Amino acid sequence: MSKLGTLGARLHRGEIGYDFVGKRFIWYGISILITITAILGLSVRGLNMGIEFEGGAVFTIQHTNVSVSQAEKYAETAAGHDAIVQKLGKDGLRIQVATIDTAAADKVSAKLATDFGIPEKNIAGELVGPSWGDQVANKAWQGLVVFMILVVLYLAIAFEWRMALAALVALIHDITITVGIYALVGFEVTPGTVIGLLTILGYSLYDTVVVFDSLKEQTKDITKQTRWTYSEIADRSINGTLVRSINTTVVALLPVAGLLFIGGGVLGAGMLNDISLSLFVGLAAGAYSSIFIATPLVADLKEREPEMKALRKRVLAKRAQGGDAPVPQVSDEQPYDDEDDDSAPAVVGPRNQPSRNRGRGRPSGKRR
Amino acid sequence: MAAPKKGRSASSQSKPGRSLALILIAIVALTGGMFLSGHTTPRLGIDLAGGTSITLKAKNEPGQPNAINKTNMDTAVDIMNRRVNGLGVSEAEVQTQGNDNIIVNIPKGTNARQARDQVGTTAKLYFRPVLAVEPQGGAVTPTPKPSISTSGSPAPSPSQTGDKATSTSSGSPSPSAKATSQGRPVTDALKADATPTPGAKPPVGSKASPTPPPAANPATAALQAKFAALDCTKRAVRAVAGKGVKPSEPTVACSSKASGGQWQKFILGPAEVDGTEVKKAQASFDTTAAGGWQVNMEFTDKGAKQFGEVTTRLSQQQPPQNQFGIVLDGQVVSNPAVNGPIGGGSAQITGSFSQEEAQNLANMLSYGALPLTFHTESVSTVTAALGGEQLHAGLIAGAIGLGLVVIYLVVYYRGLSTIAIASLLVSAALTYVIMSLLGPAIGFALNLPAVCGAIVAIGITADSFIVFFERIRDEIREGRTLRPAVERAWPRARRTILVSDFVSFLAAAVLFIVTVGKVQGFAFTLGLTTLLDVVVVFFFTKPLMTILARKKFFAEGNRWSGLDPQRLGAKPPLRRTRRASAPVDMKEA
Repeated sequence: MSKLGTLGARLHRGEIGYDFVGKRFIWYGISILITITAILGLSVRGLNMGIEFEGGAVFTIQHTNVSVSQAEKYAETAAGHDAIVQKLGKDGLRIQVATIDTAAADKVSAKLATDFGIPEKNIAGELVGPSWGDQVANKAWQGLVVFMILVVLYLAIAFEWRMALAALVALIHDITITVGIYALVGFEVTPGTVIGLLTILGYSLYDTVVVFDSLKEQTKDITKQTRWTYSEIADRSINGTLVRSINTTVVALLPVAGLLFIGGGVLGAGMLNDISLSLFVGLAAGAYSSIFIATPLVADLKEREPEMKALRKRVLAKRAQGGDAPVPQVSDEQPYDDEDDDSAPAVVGPRNQPSRNRGRGRPSGKRR
Repeated sequence: MAAPKKGRSASSQSKPGRSLALILIAIVALTGGMFLSGHTTPRLGIDLAGGTSITLKAKNEPGQPNAINKTNMDTAVDIMNRRVNGLGVSEAEVQTQGNDNIIVNIPKGTNARQARDQVGTTAKLYFRPVLAVEPQGGAVTPTPKPSISTSGSPAPSPSQTGDKATSTSSGSPSPSAKATSQGRPVTDALKADATPTPGAKPPVGSKASPTPPPAANPATAALQAKFAALDCTKRAVRAVAGKGVKPSEPTVACSSKASGGQWQKFILGPAEVDGTEVKKAQASFDTTAAGGWQVNMEFTDKGAKQFGEVTTRLSQQQPPQNQFGIVLDGQVVSNPAVNGPIGGGSAQITGSFSQEEAQNLANMLSYGALPLTFHTESVSTVTAALGGEQLHAGLIAGAIGLGLVVIYLVVYYRGLSTIAIASLLVSAALTYVIMSLLGPAIGFALNLPAVCGAIVAIGITADSFIVFFERIRDEIREGRTLRPAVERAWPRARRTILVSDFVSFLAAAVLFIVTVGKVQGFAFTLGLTTLLDVVVVFFFTKPLMTILARKKFFAEGNRWSGLDPQRLGAKPPLRRTRRASAPVDMKEA
């Protein structure tokens, strides 16, 4: 792992780095593809809403000695999907399934009666309403909208509107992908899923803001120099925080992966799957989008600014006559020139220069 | 938490031990509190621990045969949900079952009886004028009536019977009639918060005594007969006495509570103000004059107008007809006398409320009356919705995941990982203790999604250290020694941590304020963990780092410390020769 440490050092010095901004179109493309797949999955397959949202049927059985886990198996085969089984009082069972029409409920009831070996009249079946009612859902939407407005305002003030916009795009990207994967995998959407999505919402923004914070710091005095364009500095900034991004993502993903693959997969905990899948996909998407989507998007928007256009002109002019940093290989005009730059030292020259720029930003930082 | 921003780096540099001591004391104190309170585990939600399931059956209100329909049932579910889960953190569940049942699931450890009262009470509130009142079941001690008066103007309460009523010298408005006519040692005063012109109000004092209804009483003969026959000492009679009467008709009713073994029975006029005109109600502890728990109400515009009119009229009546019956579900909660017109749209109900009663009443008034009457059909325990095996599996999986995190941190950060792991432990301890304490304090219950949220919070908490560590390492790579590196890295890492945690906290705050139910519970957990993250980083991680930076092991960059300049690829002078060929130095030249 000390190799990772050295990697960090090399990234820090800009000896190596990945051309995130230059290759942004590849990643935009990938993201658009995934998003379209997610939206397609969502519209074709739809979401499999759980009993908590849709209501369903509840079967009450008094006086039975069938165990809860056994009853769970019976109910799941009878209904064909997740069932909630609770022990009621001393020896009763309450079984809830997300079946909303009476005919289907009757069938389940009959099947349960055979499985339990009791006459069907001993199973009291009734339809239940959602425990997560419209009220909860509506208020949640309302809260989301208010939050998004506030966070965009905050980011626009603390950073700038371009970053706010990019963060919002990244956020929508993450949520769409997560919801889409739910539709594709066909897992039941439970309150846990929704809570998971909301957690993602917080995390996605959190991660984006950490990356933006470094971007803001590095581009503070950008107009006072003529060595680097905005895109190049943005790239540098991503590479500079890359180790942090990797570490954080690993640390956040490991426990969730444990829940999803060990807890849900191996040990077979049904409801845990619902939550941990949304968390896993969302966390991964959140980390990905802050680096590959949000920051390049900011660079794109920034480069449209007259000030940044002028800077780019100056930088290119200087390079043309200076010859000291011959080809701006990170510029977006030539995104294909450096496809191998993460392995080859082709970028070595110019890449390490921003570290100088960095020192410039912090007057006392020049120690060399 | 984020307050000690400026200058913190300077002070914590010199006194890192103080912050550490502070946070350790806080942990010890909180843990002590936890053990003292006897709640050593967080309260678990119904999905994890099971609880009590209450089935309520709707009954038609008299005169409204078709009231049981989907709309009304849904409204009832919403209202009940807010009553049992007003703060959103108690994890109670309310849902309809069949056509006319509502199931309420309450996690283990909740006061099931209180919850049953909360959901089952219709909370139809009316303000009705008192036409006649009579005590039952005990000796009659003539004492002054409680009175209703406006606040903000001195309202001395001259009483005729040498009671304990006092007018406070501070000019405080409270007409402190301490005992009621029927020997109820209660201040049933209804006071308005508004401030109408002082002195404009006739200083009608507390009026004495139970007078039998005068002959000229507007009550009809039929009511008189009913009144005479009413025996409020019997529970069954009390329960039905005032129920099922249309608000527009006069009625008889019993008091909701006896004091000193005495009940009161009333003849009440038609309702003057409807409880739906109460915009907001809140329980508060009255620290002035009378003391005790009371319920403050705010009326809607219409309610305020009606209330003003009726108090004007009542204040000119003879006792007991200057009294107001506050009738909740057919029983008289309070019957204050009116001293003068009350405008301004707010009033208080005071009575012999316990804190719980006052809060329940306020809760019910705020969230409105149920559109239907319910009776409890069954109350039974239910086991966890999530099987014990699942929980077990989840715990094992979570533990494995955490183990992997620790291994990763140790491998990557070596010596530094001790700081990270210690910080995570402190954070976990604080979270656990605070959640345990919040169970009894505000009914906070932890459900599975919240547990998963807490697991993600590990990532966010760890991120704060990672940002900090990477900053330190960057500084070391610039060629600094450890101590200045830490001090230089901190302000920048701090800004990143605060900015990003602010976004998380914003999410939590907005969702908590706007939403209801489970989402609100989630927002609470998110906000709590975010705050704790900031606290831990500021008061634990940073000071610990500062202290450890003085230790030889870290300061000299031992190869196992995770801060070895050589391994980090620091510039000076170690690598100078080797890297001289690298274009870096060329550029610098």
